[in-house]
Amino acid sequence: MVDVNKDKFVIIGCKDKDAEAIVRPNLSFWQDAWRRLKQNKVAILSLGILLVIIVLTIFVPIFSKQDFSEQNYELLNQRPSAQHWFGTDNLGRDLFVRVWKGGRVSLIIGFVGTFIELVVGCIYGGISGYFGGKVDMVMMRIAEVVASVPYLLVVILLLLVLPKGVFTLILALCITGWVGIARLIRGQVMQLKGSEYILAAKALGANSSRVLFKHLIPNTIGIIIVYMTMDVPGFIFDEAFLSFLGLGVQSPDTSWGALVFEGQGVMTNHPHELIFPALAICLTVLAFNLLGDGLRDALDPKLRQ
Amino acid sequence: MAKLLEVRDLRVSYHTYAGEVQSVRGISFDVDKGESLAIVGESGCGKTVTAKTIIGLIQTPPGEIKKGSSVHFDGKDILKFTNKELEQYRGSEVSMVFQDPMTSLNPTMKVGNQIAESLIIHNGMSKKEALKEAVKMLELVEIPNAESRAKQYPHEFSGGMRQRVMIAIALACNPKLLLADEPTTALDVTIQAQIIDLMKDLQKKLGTAIILITHDLGVVADIAKNVIVMYSGQIVERGNTDDIFYYPQHPYTWALLSSVPRLDLNQKEDLTSIQGTPPDLLAPPVGCPFASRCNYCMQICREAIPEVTEISDTHKVQCWLHHPYAPKVDIPIGNGGNKIVY
Amino acid sequence: MEGTRLSTNQKELLVVKNLKKYFRVGSKSILKAVDDVSFVVKEGETLGLVGESGCGKTTTGRTILGMYPATSGEVIFDGINVQNLDKRGKKEFSKRAQIIFQDPYASLNPRMTVGDIIGEGIDIHHLYTGKERTEKIYELLGSVGLNKEHASRFPHEFSGGQRQRVGIARAFAVEPDFIVCDEPISALDVSIQAQVVNLLIKLQREKGLTYLFIAHDLSMVKHISDRVGVMYLGTLVELASSAELYKKPLHPYTQALLSAIPIPDPDIERSRQRIVLEGDVPSPINPKPGCRFRARCKYAKPICSEVMPELKEVDKDHFVACHLY
Repeated sequence: MVDVNKDKFVIIGCKDKDAEAIVRPNLSFWQDAWRRLKQNKVAILSLGILLVIIVLTIFVPIFSKQDFSEQNYELLNQRPSAQHWFGTDNLGRDLFVRVWKGGRVSLIIGFVGTFIELVVGCIYGGISGYFGGKVDMVMMRIAEVVASVPYLLVVILLLLVLPKGVFTLILALCITGWVGIARLIRGQVMQLKGSEYILAAKALGANSSRVLFKHLIPNTIGIIIVYMTMDVPGFIFDEAFLSFLGLGVQSPDTSWGALVFEGQGVMTNHPHELIFPALAICLTVLAFNLLGDGLRDALDPKLRQ
Repeated sequence: MAKLLEVRDLRVSYHTYAGEVQSVRGISFDVDKGESLAIVGESGCGKTVTAKTIIGLIQTPPGEIKKGSSVHFDGKDILKFTNKELEQYRGSEVSMVFQDPMTSLNPTMKVGNQIAESLIIHNGMSKKEALKEAVKMLELVEIPNAESRAKQYPHEFSGGMRQRVMIAIALACNPKLLLADEPTTALDVTIQAQIIDLMKDLQKKLGTAIILITHDLGVVADIAKNVIVMYSGQIVERGNTDDIFYYPQHPYTWALLSSVPRLDLNQKEDLTSIQGTPPDLLAPPVGCPFASRCNYCMQICREAIPEVTEISDTHKVQCWLHHPYAPKVDIPIGNGGNKIVY
Repeated sequence: MEGTRLSTNQKELLVVKNLKKYFRVGSKSILKAVDDVSFVVKEGETLGLVGESGCGKTTTGRTILGMYPATSGEVIFDGINVQNLDKRGKKEFSKRAQIIFQDPYASLNPRMTVGDIIGEGIDIHHLYTGKERTEKIYELLGSVGLNKEHASRFPHEFSGGQRQRVGIARAFAVEPDFIVCDEPISALDVSIQAQVVNLLIKLQREKGLTYLFIAHDLSMVKHISDRVGVMYLGTLVELASSAELYKKPLHPYTQALLSAIPIPDPDIERSRQRIVLEGDVPSPINPKPGCRFRARCKYAKPICSEVMPELKEVDKDHFVACHLY
């Protein structure tokens, strides 16, 4: 119990130095999002798996004793063994190395493709959404036309005209894919542009590009990140599909799609040649999707506490 | 006369990622049948949490009603109700009107049906009977052409009308207690006047007790009989309206009363504002919560929560200035709204 | 508020003439948000603009600043016609006329630190750079009662009152002459309202500013304003000095408005007779001809539904738009 002493009853007033202090720790938007993401065990697990896969694709081809293109006629179509963890393919090449080497290509296509799409989509959608009116109408009509062209047709045509390879693949895949994110960004921008802080920036004299790139786009980053995680697996899938059609990377370069294509040919006798690359694709795509779900919840400003 | 509502030593906390936020820190008060009580205080003082506790809307987790708290309604301990008992209690014994009439009505349900819903659940009426009664309720809240308006949707009503509908829903089963959480804050002044008059009328007609939560002292002066002033989760002063407006005893009440500009007086000086912001209830201060902003703060105020002093039968205050050891301080305000030099 | 009170020869800083702002709603309807409003704001004074929701006061404030293009009418700021400005002129104007918003939660970019939010105006107009900029931001924070440490924090870490003060600091960063205060205190608690209003008054005295104070809380408007204009459904119905308006309201709407405000004094509340307006505020879409207040006015005459009353000077410096006078 506090000692109720007469001395303590002298009026001293208050010092206001502490009156404005903020007690809670500095919690930026990202810190809060990370904290929420951590609570989602599935998303964290997916993140972990993805990191492992990425590390493997980077380091296995560098450190492995086997070379991905080294053919060994003695060891055709071998089952997984101590020497060849994933077995060998029909030309005696070590499948383990090939899967991770192929992974590089698939992931690069996924990330780079998504990034290019993102930049184009952001700028296009941002401008269209911000200016609205006629500009928006024209831009969106163009986008719709682009989107309604059967993408496979475009891809095949491009691949026939341009030299086959990773870069062409990426270009082909991006050429119609950017419309999705452009529409998303446009929608967000249209929704946000009426916000009061945007009005405030304009009242201060900010020009359009400042409003768009310093205010609107940063506030759409949450959506962008979620979209990206969902988009990467799409690219990987598409690439696999194209490789399946023989339009993908050419031997000895490989990708997961190409490996699946090769493995599918000998599926009945040597299932391991199909299973491992297919598993790699499935695991990666699943992990990205689950991570994307988790990110969407973590980044949703309405769910913040 | 037995009390309608008895709250004793209520403590409610919320568990957040940053820790435990103590929203309500030990409050006790009573409400008589047919009485109108106003709970006054600023955001974060715990008034809404108190109301939600009374009507059983605190989600646990993340909320937690601490042991030792008791809320007795009509003799029954609400905190021990089962879910089923709570469902019966809400809407028929106690009901609530919320601040924003736009979001508290179901936009896809006709207004008449929303009122009838309550009657069907609690009074066991048939749909036909309930709808008839619903029209009567709309007439009671003075909505013209009640019969045809009962078939309309919320978006076809204006803000003031929607609030009347909310009141109709709340009063449909003739509850003994109505909780109104800032019912007029979102409304225009002339509409606010209409709603306040309506509530006063209905109270006379139906004998409902009202707990009005607000920060608008004008509304309090108009409609309330008794007032509780809350700050930082505690009750700092309570009394009837004359006590609080003409003989306030707590420095926070003084500050609150003098920070409101008066329409009827010609004031030339600055309004009194209290510097700083209320303490973060994550780490509530050890002593009196108002100490860090109070010009009459003493050493003892920082160390211990003040004892409650009874000024009269109706008037109580929680402040060290009323301890026998404390120096004499003149009430700087009241009886004419004279300004204080804060 | 004594020292800086004005003489009648004060310069007219803002002249609004027959301002109209209409919005097209759907294909056939027109929302007449601001319908032929005219008034003058003298340098150094505070003109209050009150009215209920839908009366057009916020639209008026924003149209004056050029945030919405006016449908017709003139806005003349310090002799310059604001409607006809080119891009450069608009930028210059934004340095001289600023705005403080109502919603402290929506008016700050949640992704920017408070320091950057306040510094935006400085950056846009290239007023200071580097160390000077940081010093200026700290100075602005201090002038609204916040600390240096707050500059690296984000808006969501602050209370409503603190956020509103950040908004004020932001508006002051460009050193404007004229500020439109668009309901700056409606979303705040009572004692915080007093804090913000005192701050605004203090800064006005220090820097000789001119305010257009838009609000629906008449008690607060009376306290801070020199003159007050009452708006109803897009029209200005009464304009007078604040003491005069409250002592002798002439327009029936003003009378009803004043009587509807609850006063924090139980005896007065118990004994007063309120003028309660029947019905709801009608819609500003496709309004009928004549006086807008006609439908709710107990003094309405036949002429009221035919001819829109003009704003006339009925007493010294006291203007009313009503057929009763």
